[in-house]
Amino acid sequence: MLVSILPLAGLGTLLGFLLGVASRVLYVERSNVAREIEELLPGTQCGQCGSPSCGAAAEAAAAGELPPAFCPPGGRAVAEAVAGKLGLPLDLASLVDEQPRLAEINEDICIGCTRCYKVCPTDAIAGAAKQMHVVFADACTACGKCEEVCPTGCIRLVPVTETLQSWAWNQPSL
Amino acid sequence: MSDYVLMLVATALVNNVILIKFLGLCPLMGVSTKMDGALGMGLATTFVLTLAAAASWMLENWLLVPLELEYLRILSFILVIATVVQFTEMLIRKMSPSLYQVLGIYLPLITTNCAVLGVALLNVQEGYRFIESLLFGFGSAVGFTLVLVLFAGLRERLAVLQVPELYQGTPIAFIVAGLLSVAFMGFAGLA
Repeated sequence: MLVSILPLAGLGTLLGFLLGVASRVLYVERSNVAREIEELLPGTQCGQCGSPSCGAAAEAAAAGELPPAFCPPGGRAVAEAVAGKLGLPLDLASLVDEQPRLAEINEDICIGCTRCYKVCPTDAIAGAAKQMHVVFADACTACGKCEEVCPTGCIRLVPVTETLQSWAWNQPSL
Repeated sequence: MSDYVLMLVATALVNNVILIKFLGLCPLMGVSTKMDGALGMGLATTFVLTLAAAASWMLENWLLVPLELEYLRILSFILVIATVVQFTEMLIRKMSPSLYQVLGIYLPLITTNCAVLGVALLNVQEGYRFIESLLFGFGSAVGFTLVLVLFAGLRERLAVLQVPELYQGTPIAFIVAGLLSVAFMGFAGLA
């Protein structure tokens, strides 16, 4: 057994080492700005901004091809952070979203078609064919993809209701 | 020299990897809707297939045969192919960002292209020498690219034709692939 494990382990180590060296030698410089913007984004690769991934969107935003408020699931908070990072003015009037929302499934109309959980970028929907689907509040980013594909219109984005875990004191008004 | 030319023609046309050996059918159906994508996929596969054929020959003859580990062939070949694909991806990203943008998702998908593993295994089965393995890999890849581009051209024409409802989409594509395969059988007369 050892005689088969050792060469294979050695081969794997060698190839891994070569790839590691290659990735150092062939490292592609990315601008720091793009990397920092990518860290601000939700990172679910939902594609709503029109870019295929959050990384591509961050590069486009760093290059000035996208406005700071490009990220729909990120909403106002992300838009402000990106605008601050790039030093750009932010047009707050164009943002309608002010509070976090969650997808909610109306169980009376859900037919268990599984379309919503197939498109969910964060795997926040559980369910099986012809079974009721349910949303995990912790994983949902309210990207709205499920709402688009739902054939019966049973998914809505609703504002997050306060629970004991999420409740906090209001900020003192000045 | 003429042996080598003959071998290239034989692998690219007579024993075409897609239409005669029926390897790599998934990209034939999957990435043949647009000409650009088909050409990019074909070129990336050509690079990977040639390198993988050479690397797997070295692996087989310098490691597996001396240690009598032939039963690890498929496992270790897949390891090498995955490495070559990864390396290709890094290389293209460094050398030509624009090509990297065009190929995008197709690059990593080459790992699961059965034509790549199939050619490496056929090299072993036929007992080719190094140069022959390299040519066999390159010839197969050229054949692969040729068929992918031909088929993409046909499908672009098909998209604007009035096809009976029953055959629309994939069914007519399968029929066309079958006809193309029949046409390629004609190359057997060259051999």
